[in-house]
Order: sequence, then C-alpha cells, then structure tokens
Amino acid sequence: MSTPIDVPAPTEAPVDAPAATEATAPADAPASATDVMVEIRSVHKSFGALEVLRGIDLSVRAGEVTVVLGPSGSGKSTLLRTINHLEKVDQGWISVDGTLVGYRRSGNKLYELREREVLRQRTRIGFVFQNFNLFPHLTVLENIIEAPVAALGRPRKEAVAAAEALLARVGLADKSGAYPKQLSGGQQQRVAIARALALEPKLLLFDEPTSALDPELVGEVLDVIKDLAHQGTTMIVVTHEIGFAREVADTVVFMDQGRIVEQGPPADVLDRPVQERTRAFLSKVL
Amino acid sequence: MSLTSDPPLAPPDEETERTTPHDGSDLSELTVVPVRHPWRWVAVAVTAVLLAQFLNGLITNPGWEWDVFARFFTTETILKAVWVTLQLTFYGTVLGFALGIVLAFMRLSASPFLRAVAYGYIWAFRSIPLIVQLLFWFNLAYLYKELQFGIPFGPGFLTFDTMNLVGAMSAAVLGLALHQAAYAAEIVRGGVLAVDSGQLEAAAALGIPRLRQLRRVVLPQAMRSILPNAANEIISLFKGTSIVSVMAIGELFYQVQVVYGRNGRVVPLLMVATVWYILLTTVLSVLQHYVERHYAKGAVR
Repeated sequence: MSTPIDVPAPTEAPVDAPAATEATAPADAPASATDVMVEIRSVHKSFGALEVLRGIDLSVRAGEVTVVLGPSGSGKSTLLRTINHLEKVDQGWISVDGTLVGYRRSGNKLYELREREVLRQRTRIGFVFQNFNLFPHLTVLENIIEAPVAALGRPRKEAVAAAEALLARVGLADKSGAYPKQLSGGQQQRVAIARALALEPKLLLFDEPTSALDPELVGEVLDVIKDLAHQGTTMIVVTHEIGFAREVADTVVFMDQGRIVEQGPPADVLDRPVQERTRAFLSKVL
Repeated sequence: MSLTSDPPLAPPDEETERTTPHDGSDLSELTVVPVRHPWRWVAVAVTAVLLAQFLNGLITNPGWEWDVFARFFTTETILKAVWVTLQLTFYGTVLGFALGIVLAFMRLSASPFLRAVAYGYIWAFRSIPLIVQLLFWFNLAYLYKELQFGIPFGPGFLTFDTMNLVGAMSAAVLGLALHQAAYAAEIVRGGVLAVDSGQLEAAAALGIPRLRQLRRVVLPQAMRSILPNAANEIISLFKGTSIVSVMAIGELFYQVQVVYGRNGRVVPLLMVATVWYILLTTVLSVLQHYVERHYAKGAVR
C-alpha cells in the first residue's frame, strides 16, 4: 500500500470530562467493557408514523470492522446516526466505550445530556458522511484543525502538525492549502476521513462513504478505509460495496425494514446466508 | 431564411449536399462565415441617438442651471447635511442588523413563543409605512412622558424625561433601525436557511461548540446569500433617510429643500442632492463588491 495509515493511539478522555461519565455505564453493560466498544440494545426510532428502527441489538468489539448492508430504507444510516446521537433514539440505549450516548443514568432514570456534553461525547466518535460535508469556505488544513482546536482546545501549532501528518497518510500532503471544491470527490472524502481522525476517535462511523463518488474514485477511498481497518481501528461501515465487506469486515450485518435480519462473519452471511431476505438482496447486488 | 445561416444539419436541398464531408474535400480549410445580426445594429443606432439627445439636453438646456449646481454642491450646509445623512444610514444599519440577527435566530429557534414574537415583530414593522412609524417615534413623548429603567412592574432606578432623551435625531435613528430590523431579520434568516444542513451536522459530529458552529461554519457561508440583499437594504436605507425630512432633521434632502425654498432654484438644488446620492451609492456598491469577494473564498474552482 502506497499510503499506509496508522491511527494515532486513542487518548484518554478530554481534559475536563465530567466526573459523572464513570458512573454512567449502564448497570447491565458487560463487565468486559474493554472488549466491547459499541453496545446497542433494543433501539427503536420513528420519524412520525414511520418506524425506521424496530428493536436493534448489536455489539461491536474493539478493533473490529462491522459492515452494515441492506436495501435503502432499511434503517442502516439511521442506526449509524444514533450511535453518535445525531438522531435521538425513542427507546433502548446505546453505549460507546462503556459510556451511554446522549444520556446519563441516575437510579432508574435516564437524563438527557445537555448539548455541550453530547458534543464532548462526539469528539470520541469520528463520523464520515456520504456527501463529505467539508466546510467549503475553509482550506483543507483549516477543515482538519477546526475540531481539534475548537472542541479539544489543542494549540493551533500542534493541530497543524498533526493535520499535516494525517494528510500525508491519506496521500494528500500537497493539498493542505486547497479549498474543497478544488478537489475531486475521492480527494474530498479522504480529507473528510483525515478530519474525522484528527480527533483521535475511539470509533469511526462511515455512512456510505463511496456512494457519492464516480466509480473510478471509489478505490482510493476504500484503500484508505482498508488501511485503517488493518491498523485495528474500530469501525462501523454502512456501504453497498460487497467486495469491500468480504475483504475487510469481521462481521457483516444485514438489515431490512428496521431490523437486523442476519449477522456473522462475511463468509457466512455473504456466501451461505441463512435468511431468505439476505439471499434475495445478495442475488440482486452481486 | 436569408438572415440566418444555420449550419447544415440535414437540410435536403442540393446546395448543402455539396458541403457535406462526403465530397472528399477537407472542411477544416474552408472559411467560416459568422451569422449576421442586422437588427441588432438597428437597435444600437436607435439607442445611441436617444442617449445623445438626452446628454445634449443636459448640457444645452439652461433650466438645469449648472452654475447654481456648482455653487451649492460643496457648500458647508450641504456637506453638513451629507454627514447627517451618512450618520442616519450608519446607525440605522448597525442597530437594524444587530436587532435583525437576534430576530432571525428567534424565528429559527425551537421555542414556539420566541418564533411567534419574532414573527409578530416582523409582521408589524413590515406593515406600518416608515413615514408613519417615524411620526409615531417623533411623538413618543406624547404617549410616555418619562422613561424608567428598573425592575419590570417594580421600582425604577433611572428616570428620563422622554422629550429630552428621545430628540428628533434619536427618534429618527430609532424609527429607521426598527424598520430595518424587520427586513434584516428575514434576510439573515434566508441566508442561514441557504446553508446546507449537512454543514451543521458535520460541525455537530465533530463536537464543535454551538456558538462556534454558528460563527465559524454557518455565518461565513450564509454571508454569501445575505450580502447582495443586505447591500440592497443598506442602499435603500441610505436613500430612505430622505423621508426623515418630515421630522425637520437637517439631512441632505431637507437641507436642499430649505435652500431652494429660499432662493427658488429648485432644479439645480435637486440635482445637488441627486448627485450626492448617486456618488455615495456608488461608493457603497464598490464596497459591496469587495466584501462579496472576501466571502466568496473557496466558492470558485
């Protein structure tokens, strides 16, 4: 691989993380919290009358790559967005690295966190969007250092050095002064990945990272994600790239109509699916 | 049609037949004859004649009294009046947009009460003609003899005589600013709505603090659609200050009226005001160009 990625070692909680976080782990969370990075328990979510998530249970272990497949409208993007509280869940709970997302438990009540606390939680979860969502009025470098400086209070100099290293790792060392619109889609998505990595997150979420790209640009972005996977980054990837799932995933999750239909190693789910729905879906996309 | 010569797409007549590549000749060596536009030249000629007539009238018609114009254009009274006009514009704009930004975010807030209040304000101030508003403010002392600062419905600490506090000038600024705020609010709101929602989502996903999201991510992008409209508003406010003349404030239009009331030279003095308005609007337009260029960063390939 021409551009090896090595993920910065996850740092401890931001300097002024509230002491309360320690006490927020749900009582029934497994004791081996070091092993499980993401815990999703009976999560329900509706948009108006439409129930998009109908009871999702999922565990993601640290250092593993989970690929979520499914037809559009199956709720996979919504599920991903609930993990960093871009969407609130209606029922159930999610914990990341032993900490409840968006809520604080006290006795048998869940208190909704203030926006400031939610924002702080999100600095430990990187999110990469389908449409990149780079800030178009800021240069590539400014895009990457914005969060470390504004959210974590890193000194600008330090953030710039880290950003330049990240850009080199995604193969865009010479683009730090460019504006997003001067880059190709693939380059923009690589910048967006570097921007997410700049916070040194414990978990990376990818929401169809290659769906908005021209076919010939998909490879360069998948290569970057594969390198991250080989470095042992915990990630959840929503995608339609079956080949990528087969090659990189530790676990493949197939969703349909707001439920997880089937999950397991790619060799099982992709090659010997048990469920009829999974087979029907795979026969269409393969 | 003889006026236009369309390229030979597939007309069946035999003349075009000969020009198709099939005759073996090299088309790249042929001369290209552009389409002629005779009617365009006719329109140019007519317009030029009308323009020349107008300019000729400006110079030769003695009614313009250019000597009177030249005498008054830079007299001290007029210059002072220009200064008052600029002050009214400046304070009206700054206060108007400051209040407008607050109102815009009230209308975008999650609280139905704040939304309703902001909407009510905008509804009211867009519905009342500016001149009526100004006269109301001018007569504020008639409604409220004193103004008091203190605990709402409780005791007051500072008391002012309304007549002294709200003089003609501050009544004018108040009226212009409150009127401007209603329009500014809608312009700012439009600008914020024009920013792709993915931008806020990305900022939120990165954990960037809320105020910083607005200041660093939303507003710079909103400025691109706010600026052209805001410039329109500022220019229209600048000219709108002439309405303040009903309150006998010595701004440009009022002063010009005073002068021609004395010497009867109506047309040249109106030209004095006109040229000042044109000059200063031009300056504002040039400023607009540079400010827009600043906020266009990253927008061009």
